[in-house]
Formats: sequence, C-alpha cells, structure tokens
Amino acid sequence: MDATSSSSSWKGMMEQGNEPHVLAVDDNIIDRKIVEKLLKNSSCKVTTAENGLRALEYLGLGDDQDNSLETSGSKVNLIITDYCMPGMTGYDLLKKVKESNAMKEVPVVIMSSENIPTRINKCLEEGAQMFMLKPLKQSDVKKLRCQLMTRS
Amino acid sequence: MDVVQLKKQLGDYTRSLFNEGFLDDQFNQLQQLQDESNPEFVAEVVSLFFQDSQRLVNELAKDLEQQSVDFKKVDAHVHQLKGSSSSIGAQRVQKACISFRNYCDEQNIEGCLKCLQQLKNEYSLVKNKLETLFKLEQQLLEAGG
Repeated sequence: MDATSSSSSWKGMMEQGNEPHVLAVDDNIIDRKIVEKLLKNSSCKVTTAENGLRALEYLGLGDDQDNSLETSGSKVNLIITDYCMPGMTGYDLLKKVKESNAMKEVPVVIMSSENIPTRINKCLEEGAQMFMLKPLKQSDVKKLRCQLMTRS
Repeated sequence: MDVVQLKKQLGDYTRSLFNEGFLDDQFNQLQQLQDESNPEFVAEVVSLFFQDSQRLVNELAKDLEQQSVDFKKVDAHVHQLKGSSSSIGAQRVQKACISFRNYCDEQNIEGCLKCLQQLKNEYSLVKNKLETLFKLEQQLLEAGG
C-alpha cells in the first residue's frame, strides 16, 4: 500500500497519530451539535453541514465544481449523515459520494431515528459503512471507530 | 442551604424528572458528554432545543390554520420535533409527537389540534422543569458544590 492511500485510510491516519476529519450532515440543529460533540469527544476534527447540497459543495462534488481539484473535502476521512433530510436525503448523498472517483473510498455512515429494515438494507447495499439508530450515544461512536480501525 | 442540602435537593429533583417520565436516559448521555472543554454543553443544547421547539410549535399552529391543511408539512414539522426531543431525552414531548404523527397519517384535523395542544403543554412543562434544574445546579455551584 503506498503512502498516500495508507494516510487517507482511517487506520493509516490513526497510526500516524492524526485526528480523523469527519463531515457530519444533519438538517436538525440540535442533532448537529450533539453529533459534533460525540465526535470531538472521540478525538475527531468535525465539520458540519446542514444539508446534502452543502455537504457535496464542501467535498468538492457540487454541480458547479471541478471534481479534479484538490479541495478541503479531499481531507475528509468519514462522512456521517442523517437519512431523513429535505431535498437530498442521506441515501442520495451516499450515492453521490460512492459515484465519485475522488470520494468513493471515504466511509459513509447513515443515521436515522427510524428502524426500517428495507431502508437499512438499501443503504448498506449502496455501500454505507454502517447504519446507526438515533439518538446517538457515546458507545455508538466508539463502536464505529472500532469498526473503522479493522476495515481493510 | 448548605452544599449537602443543595446537593440532595438537586439529586431529588433530577430523580423526580426521570421518575415522572419528563426525561429519559438520553439526557444522561448528554450530561456525560459535557466536559471541561465545554462546561456549558448541556445548557447550550437545551437552549437550542427551546428555540427550535418554539419555532416548530409556531409553524404547526400556522400549518393547522390553513384552509386546506398540508398534512405532509405538518408531519415534517412534527418529525423534526420528535427528533430533537428524542435527542435531548425529553421523553414526554417525544411521545406527544408520536401520537401527533398518527393523527397526521389519518389526516384527522381535530386529532392534530388536540395533539398540538398536548404538545404545547408538554413542551411548556419540560421547559419549566429544565430551567428549574439548571437553577438548582447553579445554586449548588455558587455554594461551592
């Protein structure tokens, strides 16, 4: 594995002692604040976005952006997004990320307050790293970090 | 009151909020997230919740006043409130939202109006309770606890 891919992988980055950079997407202001704190308490650097479009823009995947350019989005190690958002859902965002060459290796976690098996399967099939039920607890974030460490 | 008494008062009050179902374990989760790097975290989140909930309750009142009620819009607003109340552990508000959504599904305006009233009551109650809780915490801090 060459230097760049190991440093962009979660494990590689942790081994280098760097703080993972997480993009957290949620239209609910209270949930954004809570997920930000949960992640910061787990030594992550956090950027929040209030909807899918803003998230894509941050990642450099916006409609009017040149996807080949280096953007701050290319430093993102994890995307965690709410499923139910007006306009672009978390699922739509997941698809866009997985379709992009620049971002498809970045793990995407979907959160939802509703435990709907078809929804969960749909997201996992589309390549979501994990599906987490809201409200999130510290133990959920710990579990996520463990999972990402063992990811190949 | 001395520190010991204040501490007991705070403990008793907090316990009552859980026993009466105003708060659930998620509120504990929030308190555990608070640390020296952000000692006002719980107060900040709760404050955001108050602001956002008031906004949503106002929107819901408007939604239900319309000549032709858009139940999708009503449901979306209730869903938001259900989410935030669940995230801070405001259990009774969350439960009121669940009932409300059922009436939305049935497109039952009467039912929705009743639920909105119930929601307003529950929100008002938990707001008062939490404000009292924060006051007690403040008193304890000031007394050196």
